[in-house]
Amino acid sequence: MLSVNNIYKVFNPGTVNEKLALEGVNLTLEEGDFVTLIGGNGAGKSTLLNVIAGVYPVDQGTIIIDGIDVTKLPEHKRASFLGRVFQDPMMGTASNMGIEENLALAYRRGLKRTLRWGIKNKERELYKELLKTLDLGLEDRLTTKVGLLSGGQRQALTLLMATLKKPKLLLLDEHTAALDPKTAQKVLEQTDKLIAENNLTTLMITHNMKDAIKHGNRLIMMHDGKIILDIKGEEKKNLTVEDLLQRFGKASGEEFANDRALLS
Amino acid sequence: MLQIILGAVSLGLLWAIMTIGVYITYRILDIADLTVEGSLPLGAAIAASAISTGVNPYLATGMALIGGLAAGFTTGILHTKLKIPALLSGILTMIALYSINLRVMGKANISLLRMDTVYTIFQKLGLNETNSVIALGLIFVLLLIFLLYWFFGTELGSAIRATGNNPKMVRAQGINTNTMKILGLVISNGLVAISGALIAQSQSFADVQMGTGSIVIGLASVIIGEVLFGKRNFFSRLLSLVLGAITYRIIIALVLKLGMPANDLKLFTAITVAIALALPTIKSSLQPANNQFVNKFFKGGENDAVRK
Repeated sequence: MLSVNNIYKVFNPGTVNEKLALEGVNLTLEEGDFVTLIGGNGAGKSTLLNVIAGVYPVDQGTIIIDGIDVTKLPEHKRASFLGRVFQDPMMGTASNMGIEENLALAYRRGLKRTLRWGIKNKERELYKELLKTLDLGLEDRLTTKVGLLSGGQRQALTLLMATLKKPKLLLLDEHTAALDPKTAQKVLEQTDKLIAENNLTTLMITHNMKDAIKHGNRLIMMHDGKIILDIKGEEKKNLTVEDLLQRFGKASGEEFANDRALLS
Repeated sequence: MLQIILGAVSLGLLWAIMTIGVYITYRILDIADLTVEGSLPLGAAIAASAISTGVNPYLATGMALIGGLAAGFTTGILHTKLKIPALLSGILTMIALYSINLRVMGKANISLLRMDTVYTIFQKLGLNETNSVIALGLIFVLLLIFLLYWFFGTELGSAIRATGNNPKMVRAQGINTNTMKILGLVISNGLVAISGALIAQSQSFADVQMGTGSIVIGLASVIIGEVLFGKRNFFSRLLSLVLGAITYRIIIALVLKLGMPANDLKLFTAITVAIALALPTIKSSLQPANNQFVNKFFKGGENDAVRK
């Protein structure tokens, strides 16, 4: 479904701030794979996701989604393949617009915007049904401005928007990191449910090792712009945090120095 | 007095078209677009020179519209394709238009006295000068409100609204934000040019200087409209812009009547807009939670410590 081949990405080349963010990354996702991506700060996790989404171009390498080479496509053209949820709950929705208006924008992802009316009545029924599954009472507030919702509600809505039109690949960029633990848990449960129901191929960044082990069928760890661990199948199922730390040490030659990932 | 008010209403209706244009860039796209200072006189210049060579005034106004669309398109390309900051892109187009407007007119101003304008048809029906402007202004403004209400409810219009709100999200939904910004700038400046064409015909002359300060007048009208007439839904928003533009003209007419020198008008407008824009900041600094005086003398100590 996704094939990332030998990707290099340098930020601020030729300056004192030069940073090699991705160094020859290779990654292939099969259809239905749910991959959790973990790594310390500056490991290149978000850069990898952003490069796949086309937020910035790569210096070298190719990205193929569902057999189509998208390396040269701009961000908005790749969007027809991708569902995305960001770390910042404010980023995934338009706050001045209503819940139904946001959903309607997402419902037309990858389609040409025409002079037809922005929302059809038939859609409203669908939106109500889907919002009901979130169990947040949003189904009765279709015209409420999204800016009035809490971070958790907005993130749940963004998740719904990302999957409203089934994407070839779902990209989740630490989408629960900015939420309180209880809300984060709820949003993660909803994530699992949506992915299972729609059999979505997913790449999810998390800073939480336990979550990375608990969710998905495959775990990838990045360090200094490279993928250093790739654990799947039975091995992944039996993985513990201690195992992971040990294997990280072996693969990178360093100790895992990220309190946030260890303590949470 | 009634005559003064009616005069202000007529002028306000024509400036309302420009105000709606400013609203599209300033509020919907979140861009302060200075192109309007050039596209307003551009509309006036195109319409006036066309009319003075015998073109039908309605056709001349249509030509002004096309000129405005092109001006907005230029700013849009400068901003999105050439990555020049929005404010600077607008300034560049505005400055370029000054020369272009002089070229269009061939001189600094054109008189339209004793020539047929878009208002002539209403005068033939028996309306006086002011009332003809009000009649045509009302028709234009109402038509525009319905047209824009429809447009910004469509898929395309929604995409433009969302672009000004959260471009990152809009790109993630597969919409080209650059195209949306260009489209918004094009529509906005098209309206501003129509406004310029209608103003020139109502005052019977076009002048290359008539755009100076128009962005501030537009902003003043937008803000007055929002403060006085609410912003419940998009329809009432559009209506509030028209009422804001009229109110602004009435205020100006009254302060002039009260004896303020006409030369001080722009200073007065600038101060009004500055105060209106600063209002949210002033308000929040007066609230106890953010008041430094209160914080210094009344906060802290055991009570606050326990609460935390």
